[in-house]
Amino acid sequence: MKGKYVKGATQGCLFRKFVDNHCYMSVQESEKIFQEKIDNEIRIEPKDWMPEKYRQTLIRQISQHAHSEIVGMLPEGNWISRAPSLKRKQILIAKVQDEAGHGLYVYSAAETLVISRDEMIEQLHSGKAKYSSIFNYPTLTWADMGAIGWLVDGAAIMNQVPLCRASYGPYSRAMIRVCKEESFHQRQGFESLLVLSKGSEEQKAMVQDAINRWWWPSIMMFGPHDTESQHSEQSMKWKIKRFSNDELRQRFVDMCAEQVKLLGMTLPDTDLKWNEETKHYDFGKINWEEFWNVVSGNGPCNKQRLDARRKAWEEGAWVREAAKAYAEKTAIKNKQEMAA
Amino acid sequence: MVFFQKHLYGDYGDKESPTGGGTEKHSANEWPLWEIFIRSKQGLDHKHVGSLHAVDAQMAIENARDVYTRRQEGVSIWVVESKHIHASNPDEAESFYEPANDKVYRHPTFYDLPDEIKHM
Repeated sequence: MKGKYVKGATQGCLFRKFVDNHCYMSVQESEKIFQEKIDNEIRIEPKDWMPEKYRQTLIRQISQHAHSEIVGMLPEGNWISRAPSLKRKQILIAKVQDEAGHGLYVYSAAETLVISRDEMIEQLHSGKAKYSSIFNYPTLTWADMGAIGWLVDGAAIMNQVPLCRASYGPYSRAMIRVCKEESFHQRQGFESLLVLSKGSEEQKAMVQDAINRWWWPSIMMFGPHDTESQHSEQSMKWKIKRFSNDELRQRFVDMCAEQVKLLGMTLPDTDLKWNEETKHYDFGKINWEEFWNVVSGNGPCNKQRLDARRKAWEEGAWVREAAKAYAEKTAIKNKQEMAA
Repeated sequence: MVFFQKHLYGDYGDKESPTGGGTEKHSANEWPLWEIFIRSKQGLDHKHVGSLHAVDAQMAIENARDVYTRRQEGVSIWVVESKHIHASNPDEAESFYEPANDKVYRHPTFYDLPDEIKHM
């Protein structure tokens, strides 16, 4: 099949026209066109032909992202009733609402790949689908709210900004919306810590303690070292992923190592040191044993988190059913009234 | 060549291939799916922002307000049940849009006018 270059009608840009009538093509030809679109930063949309593995990889990645947003509401929801002021309470409620919204945008994107919401929820509750392991840690003090905003949302932003250019259209658009909202999350967290860091000795100690507990789990959010792994060259080729784990992690460390100075605090890493040659911060060894433990279900809060989600789903069933019954009843009533 | 595993939001050791739970769909009890369109200012058009589940149009509008307009993005919300949206077939794009390809004279830039002409 040929592509021909045609001077497009709008603004004189060049468009490559693809012969894309897939019913007449072999799988190899379809894959070639598909890959060419990706290489040219053309988005793949729900009705486009795509390799089955691309679809399945995306379903897993996107649904697990959505699960992470929803489960992520729990550690912070914990402190809404105990926020130190009305302003902080309002801010925290707004942040948690946003996380619910993010989960919904991302579930919607996943559904375009032909999987139902119920099915995804069941995968989460059965343990078949995972969510980001950072949310399996407890939130022990008010300063944890600030630390989570600064570090956890910060790491999420680092991961999500490149995804705004992911190859799958609905996912990249969802990411653009998420990223716009996420920056307030990080700023409110840092600002909260900044205020505490100028307070009493106890408040300062609380900040340092929260940083000490959230730092290592946050940099673990980027996943194992690049060298540790099997292949995911495919995900990079398909532009579902744009940067490697270690690359993103290094950027994050460099950023936080500077920001922590403004808090007058330290990161709990005695090996953290500026490297004049590489122009990056060297940092210490990650405790991968803890990491794998938490991922495999033995973290401090794994059971709590899933129990809370299952409970919410089961106890909310009557609401879903009642709403549906009410809508059906109303529809019948309206039909009767129109007929009369 | 460096191979690396990109771990997907908590999925760090799952070796089994993702199946999406087979072909059985659990959608029998689900609320219908709606597509949401929001217009953010007077005079601009409604844009598709995403989808959500709701039992009827009223709930869809209220949910759309909660999910998609938390930052005053909306003055107008349209909701359409997804099943009522009909779309052109991307596979047929080449032939479907072909008639416009060779009609450059539809564009103002095709016409060369002297510089003295203003306001045209």
